[in-house]
Amino acid sequence: MSAQPGFNKADALASVEKLHSRGFVANLWSWRYLFLRRISQFGILLLFFGTAHWGWQAAKDVPLLIGNLSASKFIGLIPLTDPFAALQIFLTGHVLQKESLIGAAVVLGIYLLIGGRMFCAWACPVNMVTDAAGWLRDKIGVQPIFHLPRTLRYFILAATLVITVISGLAAFEWVSPIGMAHREIIFGLGMGFTALLAIFLFDLLILKHGWCGHLCPLGAFYSLVGKTAQLRVRFDKNTCTHCGECAKVCPEPQVLNLKKLEERGYVFSGECSNCGRCSPICPEGSLKFDFKPLIRRHNVRADAIAVQRRTR
Amino acid sequence: MAEKGPGGLKPSRRDFLVKMAQGAALAGTGGLLWDYILRGEARAAPYALRPPGALAEDDFNAACIKCGQCVVDCPPKILKLEPAGGALPIGTPYFDARTGPCIMCPDIPCMKACPTGALSPELKKIEDARMGLAVIDIENCLSYKGLRCEICHRECPLKGKAITLETHPRQTSKHAMFIPLVHSDACTGCGICEKACPTEVAAIRILPHKLVQGKIGEHYRLGWTFDTQITEDFKQAPQAAPSSTPEPGGKPGGLDYLNEGGL
Repeated sequence: MSAQPGFNKADALASVEKLHSRGFVANLWSWRYLFLRRISQFGILLLFFGTAHWGWQAAKDVPLLIGNLSASKFIGLIPLTDPFAALQIFLTGHVLQKESLIGAAVVLGIYLLIGGRMFCAWACPVNMVTDAAGWLRDKIGVQPIFHLPRTLRYFILAATLVITVISGLAAFEWVSPIGMAHREIIFGLGMGFTALLAIFLFDLLILKHGWCGHLCPLGAFYSLVGKTAQLRVRFDKNTCTHCGECAKVCPEPQVLNLKKLEERGYVFSGECSNCGRCSPICPEGSLKFDFKPLIRRHNVRADAIAVQRRTR
Repeated sequence: MAEKGPGGLKPSRRDFLVKMAQGAALAGTGGLLWDYILRGEARAAPYALRPPGALAEDDFNAACIKCGQCVVDCPPKILKLEPAGGALPIGTPYFDARTGPCIMCPDIPCMKACPTGALSPELKKIEDARMGLAVIDIENCLSYKGLRCEICHRECPLKGKAITLETHPRQTSKHAMFIPLVHSDACTGCGICEKACPTEVAAIRILPHKLVQGKIGEHYRLGWTFDTQITEDFKQAPQAAPSSTPEPGGKPGGLDYLNEGGL
C-alpha cells in the first residue's frame, strides 16, 4: 500500500474523522440519493397501483401507467417492456407482437444510456428488501458462512436462457421474486411475499448481498447492458485519500477497485448500479455523478490543478 | 513421469477436468431442478379459464409476460392474476365464471391491452372467442327436473345459437320439459350462464375444452352425412324429365308396368 503514490495513512484517517464528525443534518444530506431511490421505487409502485385500483388517469380515458415492471404502458402511448423478459419469451419460440418489441427497445435504450443497473437501485422493489437486510446484517454483525463468486449471476443468466429454450417457458419470469413481489403488490397477495422473506433471510444470515450481488440474473443482464452507460460516478484520484469509506457502503464494492478507478477516472464496471451511496459519503468529494463524455475533460483539468498545487 | 498423477494426467490438467466436471454437474442438477419447477408450475394450466383470444395453453404459457394490462383494462374487472403458490400457473390472467363472467365486450379491450400477443389479435369478433365450454350437470339442472327454469338460455348472449331449448312433452298431467342444450360451435365460454344458474352450486359450468370435449377419430365414416360410392348406389336416380309427353287425356306419362306384361 505504501508504494502507491498519493496514499498517506494520516490523510486517510483524517478523512474518516471528517466523515464521522458530520452532524445530523450533514448525515441526512449524505443519504440524499438513498431517499431519492426510495421515492423512485415507491413512486413507481404507487403509479402502477394507483392506475390499477384508483383509476389514475393522465387525461380523460388515458390511464397513467398500466401493467407492472414486466410490461406496461405509460399514458396510453409509450409501451415499456422488460427486455430480459422479452428475450426469454422470444427464446420460447413465441413471435412477440410489435408493441412489446418497441417497449423492450425503449427500456433497453434508456438503460444503455444511464446504466442498466439503475433499474436495480432505482426501480426494483426487491432492492428495498436486500438493502434492509444488508443494513441489519452490518448492525448485528453477522459472520459470513461461505463465499460465492459474484460472477455466479452470469452463469445463472446463461442457465436462464438455456432452460427457457428447453422448457419452452420464460425460465426466470416463472420463478422471479421480483415479478412475484411486484405483481402481488399491484394485483393481489399470494405466496410471493414468502419469496421476499426468503431473500431477506438469505441476505441477512447466509450471504451478504446474496441475492442482488450474486444470484439475480436480471441484475446480471442489466450489468451487461450497463457497460455503455453514459451516467457514471467520476473518480478524482487527486483528492482521494484511500480511506475506503465508499467501499464500506457500496453494495458492489468490487466496482470501486482503486487501480481500475485511477486508470479509467470513473467507475467503469456495469455492475455499478448508480445507487449513489458512495458519492455523498466520500469525505473528500472524490466521487461524483457525471456524464462520461465530460469526465475526461474534468479529470484532465483536475490533474492540472493538482500539479499546480504541488509545484507551488 | 514423476509429474503425472494417479490418472496418468498432469495434476493441473486433472484439476481442470475435475473442475469442469463439477461445473457441469452443478449446472446439470440445478438446471434439471429449475426445469422441473417450471413444468410443475405450468401443469395446472388446463383448469384455467383464460381471457378471450388466449392462445392454446402451451403457447399461452410461453407468451404471457404476466404484466396484468388485460386485468386493468377489463371493464367489468373480472380478470385476476394468479399469485404465487396458487393452483394455476403463476402470474397468468384468469377469470372465475361463477363470480365474474366475461361480459363479451365487442371491442375486446383485454386482448388489445396484451403487448405480447398471448391474447391473440387474430380474434376479430368476440363471438369467435373460445374461453371454455358450458357443460350441464343434468342430475342437478332444474330444467331436467321438469321445472321451468331456462335461466341459462335466457341470459346467454348468444341464445338460440350457443344454448337452445329442446321441448320434451310428457304425459298430459305434467308440463313439457324445456331442456337447455349447449352447442360448442357457438358457445364462447363467457360464463354468464354459470353466473346466472340459480342452483346452490352451478349446474351449468364453463370448463376448458380440453377437459370436456371428446374426439370422434378419423376412422369413423359417417356415410349418411356425405356422398360416397355406396350412398350413391342407394340414391334414387335423378328424376329424368318425363320422357313421354303427357297424353292428350291429360294423364301424366309413366311406367304402366302392370299392364305391360312385364311381370
